[in-house]
Amino acid sequence: MSRWSTGPTSAEAGVLTRTRRPRPADPDDRGILSQADWRRPAVRRGMTVVQFVLLIALLVIGLAPLLWLAKAAITPTQDTLREPLAFFPHGADWANLATAWTRVEISRYFGNTVVIAAGSWFMQLLVATTGGYALSVLRPRYGAVINALVMATLFVPAVVLLVPLYLTILDPPLLGRSLLNSFWAVWLPAGASAFNLVLVKRFFDNLPREVFEAARVDGAGPFRLFWSIVLPMSRPILGVVSVFAVIAAWKDFLWPMLVLPDPTRQPLSVRLPALADYIELDVFLAALAISTLIPVLIFLVFQRMFLRGAGMGGAVKG
Amino acid sequence: MTTLTRAEHRAPTDETPPPPRRRRSPVTWVRRGGLSTLVFLLPLVIVFGFFSWFPIGRSVVMSLQQTNLVTAPTFVGLENFRHVLDDPLLWTAIRNTAWFAVLALLFGYPIPLIAAVAMSEVKRMKGLFSALAYLPVVIPPVVAVLLWKVFYDASPTGVFNTILGWVGLGPFPWLQDAGWAMPSLVLEATWAAAGGTVIIYLAALTGVPTELYDAVEVDGAGLWRKIWHITLPQLRGILLITLILQVIGTAQVFLEPFLFTDGGPANSTLTVLLLIYRYAFGNSLGGDYGAATALSLMLAAFLAVMSAVYLRLTRSWSAS
Repeated sequence: MSRWSTGPTSAEAGVLTRTRRPRPADPDDRGILSQADWRRPAVRRGMTVVQFVLLIALLVIGLAPLLWLAKAAITPTQDTLREPLAFFPHGADWANLATAWTRVEISRYFGNTVVIAAGSWFMQLLVATTGGYALSVLRPRYGAVINALVMATLFVPAVVLLVPLYLTILDPPLLGRSLLNSFWAVWLPAGASAFNLVLVKRFFDNLPREVFEAARVDGAGPFRLFWSIVLPMSRPILGVVSVFAVIAAWKDFLWPMLVLPDPTRQPLSVRLPALADYIELDVFLAALAISTLIPVLIFLVFQRMFLRGAGMGGAVKG
Repeated sequence: MTTLTRAEHRAPTDETPPPPRRRRSPVTWVRRGGLSTLVFLLPLVIVFGFFSWFPIGRSVVMSLQQTNLVTAPTFVGLENFRHVLDDPLLWTAIRNTAWFAVLALLFGYPIPLIAAVAMSEVKRMKGLFSALAYLPVVIPPVVAVLLWKVFYDASPTGVFNTILGWVGLGPFPWLQDAGWAMPSLVLEATWAAAGGTVIIYLAALTGVPTELYDAVEVDGAGLWRKIWHITLPQLRGILLITLILQVIGTAQVFLEPFLFTDGGPANSTLTVLLLIYRYAFGNSLGGDYGAATALSLMLAAFLAVMSAVYLRLTRSWSAS
């Protein structure tokens, strides 16, 4: 459920599209301070100080906790407890990482997280692209009704769904068997994201209709049109939806905790709090460090997508 | 295709439905692609039907029922709502959630704005600055909370107490004390979310027309007057939006109180969503699902009002 904890919500849809509005090129490349201001020595010196302070503050806030975690992951428990800020007073203990990975079975929970994220990603793309294609390109008569029903769910906060959705998973109508402890219990609700559909449908709406007409005249059926024309033209938006989906699945906590009570099926986010109570602190911190690695790597690789507009998902933390 | 010629007479706007068919027999419907359209809609209808529309409807029914999966559900009218409103814990939870929201505004509202305005004036390494600011947002929330739980160790050798000890402060009880717990939660939540807000403000700041600055400089305006009279008024819309988004977010806060303190000490961090969770899943004998959904609906009504305000604002703002 991407809407559940920290994924983008309906609210961000507006912000996203608005930041895309083309801006006139900056004529003289200035900010609040003008070029003339910058030529004054007092301003220059003042801004150097401001920027230095800002950089230090950002390093302390943004980087220091991660560096501490990296250090603590390979520091013996007693050192972390007695002198948390000392730099390896009694040497490093690299074995923590191996212990966390194998004996505490972080590898298994890591694998579960990957499987859950991959399935949620696929389900979200499947629903958003096929649904968006039908509503935007094929446009059946009843499309307006379905569209309205989907849009209405944007106004329903995820909290309303918590209990009834849980009961639906326990006893799904027509299916006859409980989805509890099945990954489908996470994958399927993840697909019901109106936010994705808005993004994808809006993108499809703006694709040139002439291309579709030309393809139809050349004899392409609706499936061919979808697979060979619409999808390849939509790579940018599919990329955005994909990154959102994977990050949201990686972060999700409450929903997988409810529907995956079996520890062997749980992802990292659910398993880590439970582990805190019965494994040693140094191994636990090593486990935290391992769990942080992938999201930080994804961020470093897709930095530009996060930092220009697509990063709006982090605006609200619920 | 006769439909094509008919379509040409219509204005090709976004809202145009496909041209009406003269005769609707199943055979022509299939031949015109009605069936394949249905196939394409199938994933959406199934997934939304089972996991969105059906549960939403069910929550309304359940709020009027006494149900715990053990005994058969019985209709009790508005009894669940009365039960929830009579629960003294509800008012504790509302008070705590409001306190969380107020603290989150105090900590989390001015700092990203100040940081973004300062960062927008940075000439070199802009990318580095925003990447650093965004880094905490990237850390999985559960990991962030568990890490901060270690930082908040109340012993004199805890991470924060050690640092504050260098300047002669503390040791502080952090999560152990009913008065300290909530501000500690908010501090972590602010740290985790501020980067996203900074990025939004940075994007909005690039949209402030620089001619406005040129214009007031002619009148001799200094830095503070430029910020006060140009920058902030230009950001008015986005400031209002982040405010409402923050209220919507904090009204649903769950992760921090659940993982840091589980509502304690002495219910000082029990929030509304945590109370919903406790009604439904906190009792091993079978949940009080009726009370949980009743409270969910009340919270949803509040959130719906906030979202409606939000939508109004974004619409008028993007129209301007």
